[in-house]
Amino acid sequence: MSTAVEIIGVDKTFDTRSGAVQALTGIDLTVEAGEFVSLIGPSGCGKSTLMRLIADLDEPTAGTVEVFGKGARQARLDQEYGIAFQSAGLLPWRTVAANVALPLELHGVASAARSTRVAELLDMVGLADFADRYPDQLSGGMQQRVAIARALAEQPRLLLMDEPFGALDEMTREKMQSDLVRISAETGAAVVFVTHSIPEAVFLSDRVVVMSPRPGRIQEIVPMRLGADAARAARTEELREERAFFDMVTAVREALHQGAPVGTAPRGLENR
Amino acid sequence: MAIATATRMGPKTETTFRIVAPVAVGVIVLGVWQFLVTVVGVSDYLLPSPASIIEEFIQFWESILSASILTGSNALIGLIVGSLVGIALAALAARWRAVDQMSAPVVASLAVIPIVALAPVLNSMYGADSQFGRQAIAALASFVPVFINTLRGFRQTTLVHRDLMKAYAASSGQVLRTLTLPTARPFMLTGIRIASSLAVISALVAEYFGGPRGGLGGLISTSAASSAYARAWAYVVASIALGLLFYLVTLGLERMLQRHAPQAQRRP
Ligand SMILES: Nc1ncnc2c1ncn2[C@@H]1O[C@H](COP(=O)(O)OP(=O)(O)OP(=O)(O)O)[C@@H](O)[C@H]1O
Ligand SMILES: [Mg+2]
Repeated sequence: MSTAVEIIGVDKTFDTRSGAVQALTGIDLTVEAGEFVSLIGPSGCGKSTLMRLIADLDEPTAGTVEVFGKGARQARLDQEYGIAFQSAGLLPWRTVAANVALPLELHGVASAARSTRVAELLDMVGLADFADRYPDQLSGGMQQRVAIARALAEQPRLLLMDEPFGALDEMTREKMQSDLVRISAETGAAVVFVTHSIPEAVFLSDRVVVMSPRPGRIQEIVPMRLGADAARAARTEELREERAFFDMVTAVREALHQGAPVGTAPRGLENR
Repeated sequence: MAIATATRMGPKTETTFRIVAPVAVGVIVLGVWQFLVTVVGVSDYLLPSPASIIEEFIQFWESILSASILTGSNALIGLIVGSLVGIALAALAARWRAVDQMSAPVVASLAVIPIVALAPVLNSMYGADSQFGRQAIAALASFVPVFINTLRGFRQTTLVHRDLMKAYAASSGQVLRTLTLPTARPFMLTGIRIASSLAVISALVAEYFGGPRGGLGGLISTSAASSAYARAWAYVVASIALGLLFYLVTLGLERMLQRHAPQAQRRP
């Protein structure tokens, strides 16, 4: 299997007025094509930063980031990934449909093909009735779903998602999780998924990357099941109630607590 | 009591109220004014009565109309040119820091130059039979608010939107069209609305300092000089109407183009 993302020896230091902030040190991570990898860790441990390096929105201070065998910059220019940010980032003067159409428009997709694709995507995220609304007429969760539809617009081989379900209620969240599992299985896209929720990471992922802060580094990589294909097949609603699911939640929680005394959960982590 | 009634008004009643209230105030003021002149006997020389002003307005209707068109077109040309230059220069200043730093002192000094200082100079520079000086003054007056507001608008793009454009590998032209211009648009329109009133005022005031006759400003000063005060007032009324027309048209334009922008962006 080919590799979607290959990160070798990456450091990232931000120069700020109050001195250098070491956001990431010594990151090595490989994400196979079609693999679902979650990044989890306390607030400020560098999850967003790592994702931005993969997206070439920032450059590493040291080390290399490769996406589908190319440099991160080339991969960005070749539009190898779709991205959904921590905040939805919709353009307020565009309708929901026009927001989803944005990447297609920028990359010269013909107008007829564009509207078919947009209708398809809005159907998928359950917003077909809201195509002509403006973002400020939508709830936070609905805006986030528009942003996800936009990220999927060009059927990317790699999806980068930074806490995309953070603003959703529990029910919508579980539905979106199942949809995401289905979409990533259907399209065979690799996913790098940032989350604060242990059960979410366990439910979705082939592997969970547990990070720790100051300086941000990878604490442990917890494999969820054996073999990606088997894992995808097994990720159904029933999984949420199985004993194996709780075992894996415990495994991730223990990895997170390594080094931290028991009982003091790292800040910013939920057990949802 | 009054507040309680006001808060309970429906949207329709409120609209009616917003139109009726100023009209009522106007009628009352005019009534008191007329009363002062005719009953109390304030001299016509000090204060012409509304009735005599209306009389003059009707009698000189044709000259008022042509004067309004002349002054109005000077103001309009100035507004358009000033706005275009303002927007173009703001785009350059937003793009290149050096342009911003070079233009800052120029704009600051333009903003404080009084029209009265510039008008005589431009009038004598471009001769007694040219409207150019007036148009140039209106353009200068319009340029400043459009430039300042537009430049501010160009700087309002948010980090997540810029990241998004970068992630899409959008060209700089695409970024300008799909992100920077729409973000700046409400600011730009506000600048133009402010400039519209300034353009009329400057075009009018510039006429006080010589140049060809026939505009509202020129006629106000000739009427006043020949002690035809009621007629001078009639021209003043026309000037107010012209200024209001410019303001309302630009306000309408702003409303129309900004219907779907979020509240926070609509009123910068
Ligand atoms: N542009 C920047 N300039 C300076 N410091 C930054 C910048 N971006 C991030 N940092 C710092 O890098 C560290 C990691 O930030 P990052 O946003 O990646 O954390 P995170 O794991 O995504 O946190 P959260 O879960 O709260 O989103 C933080 O200490 C932050 O202050
Ligand atoms: Mg983050």
